[in-house]
Amino acid sequence: MNRLSPLFLAPLLALAACGQKPVDPGAQTGPNPQLPDQQQYLMPPMKVGKVTPWGNTMPTPGAGLRVQALASGFEHPRSIYTLPNGDVLVVESNGPPAPVFRPKEIIMGWVQGSAGAKAKSANRITLLRDADGDGKAEVRSVFLDHLNSPFGVALVGNDLYIANTDAIVRYPYVTGDKRITAPGQKLVDLPGGPIDHHWTKSLVASPDGSKLYVGVGSNSNITENGIGAEMNRAAIWEVDRATGMWRLFAQGLRNPNGLNFEPQSHALWTVVNERDELGPDLVPDYLTSVRPGGFYGWPYSYYGNHVDPRVRPRRPDLVARAIVPDYALGSHVAPLGMVFANNGGALPQTLRDGAFVGEHGSWDRDPFNGYRVIFIPFANGRPSGKPVDVLTGFLAKDQTVHGRPVGVAMDSRGALLVADDVGNTVWRVSSATP
Amino acid sequence: MASAATSIPPSRPYPLPRPRGILDTIYPLHVILSAYPIACFTGAFLTDCAYVASAEMQWANFSAWLIVAGLVMGVVAGIAGVVDFIANRRVRRRRSGWLHGLGNGLVMLLALLNAFVHSRDAYTSVMPWGIFLSAVVAVLVLVTSWLGTRQTMEARWIEMNGEVAP
Repeated sequence: MNRLSPLFLAPLLALAACGQKPVDPGAQTGPNPQLPDQQQYLMPPMKVGKVTPWGNTMPTPGAGLRVQALASGFEHPRSIYTLPNGDVLVVESNGPPAPVFRPKEIIMGWVQGSAGAKAKSANRITLLRDADGDGKAEVRSVFLDHLNSPFGVALVGNDLYIANTDAIVRYPYVTGDKRITAPGQKLVDLPGGPIDHHWTKSLVASPDGSKLYVGVGSNSNITENGIGAEMNRAAIWEVDRATGMWRLFAQGLRNPNGLNFEPQSHALWTVVNERDELGPDLVPDYLTSVRPGGFYGWPYSYYGNHVDPRVRPRRPDLVARAIVPDYALGSHVAPLGMVFANNGGALPQTLRDGAFVGEHGSWDRDPFNGYRVIFIPFANGRPSGKPVDVLTGFLAKDQTVHGRPVGVAMDSRGALLVADDVGNTVWRVSSATP
Repeated sequence: MASAATSIPPSRPYPLPRPRGILDTIYPLHVILSAYPIACFTGAFLTDCAYVASAEMQWANFSAWLIVAGLVMGVVAGIAGVVDFIANRRVRRRRSGWLHGLGNGLVMLLALLNAFVHSRDAYTSVMPWGIFLSAVVAVLVLVTSWLGTRQTMEARWIEMNGEVAP
């Protein structure tokens, strides 16, 4: 019987062998990414760097830029929001504990825990004020706490909306407030637990302030928690601000974050984290404009009609109308923050029309990908060129990790703010020559 | 066929000898523990079938747990089995004893491979390789268990009746 073993093993090992040429990450950015053949693993690669603190070092700014720590000592800062008076809100948050459905999740939990990704959520928003404009915050105050895995923030008039993982809550805000003590009022429930796989609820208000748009990520990598768990997820919700009524604005977006309106075209854009475990070079994450009623493929397909074999039952009708996203960012770079540049003046002329993207970085490919902040130049409301590095150096030479960029925001002077949820710092990027 | 030397009447074909000492306590342990991998591995094939028929992920989750549980208990049963095998000279000398041990080694190897295949997400955790491996492991574990049980019966027979066993 044991003589049979090579016979059984051969096809499976062949299946596991890769032998595929890696794709140059540069060939997977832009409107037409190279999409290699799918691979299925016996053991998916997991590569998470050990954390070594920044110490006296800082991330590396791009050419003509400088970086400062606006403030540090945070607890897992995930996103940033600039209030009209220049005060900066730093959302310190992490996901709720995940239930265990399979032995695999126990193992993955150990690996991700070693990368510090499983810390308890601070559930707090901290306010920073840099009144003298030296790039260092002098005032720091707990703005709101006892939240529930908050992520998105949007201010319309005096209504401040916080997107917790399970609801949008409205708070009264008066310019200059350093702390909100009034109780929040729930506008609408969002899909939260008991399974809450992609928990970050990105939030933006429409330019006229009448609607809120919420990114609601999928509840799995690729429907392994059952299709029923995906009800109203992998979608962008449009919520009426006055009534709390909502509809699905767009679907098939696996994990949409960094929702923002492009200033020239006034179109809604988002960055999306695509699916894992089809290979180190699949599927590229992307930046895209969002069409009302649009379907972007997840879970059935990616980049239009590239069908995912892991999803049953199949939906050829949905694959047929799946929209190809506008601009690929690279495989597993994990874009979790996006903001459009403005004319504030603190950044060079070349960085004033386009999108900044915070790439949290890969955990399931070797070598690492992402771990940087990039700028994608725009012209006439569309991407017009290759990405430019704005902030790098999050990876140390010895493959340990100093930090991971997440949320990005423009401050009131037009500089870029970057939340670093491993370095626990908010970085400010501005022109090297003021 | 039964030798005249035995005091047990030949109408009882497979009499068990009285346990002799500490090493004989390993035999019932070996039997009890073996029930786990047999049940888990055959069960995983059934839950795989249920998943393929329904596309309901919970069935594939059952399979993943059953395979891992079968592997864990298979290691424990294997330790008991190896001790039993070493303790019993007669078993060691029989071909079915060796086949039982080596076959179960193969069962464990394939089940480990199957655990990795079942760690994939959604449909391809089962189709096509997962359910194929589950079927092979289920059949193989039944065959090796049958061989194991049979060789014990034979060994005990010899112990009671001498080398002229069937």
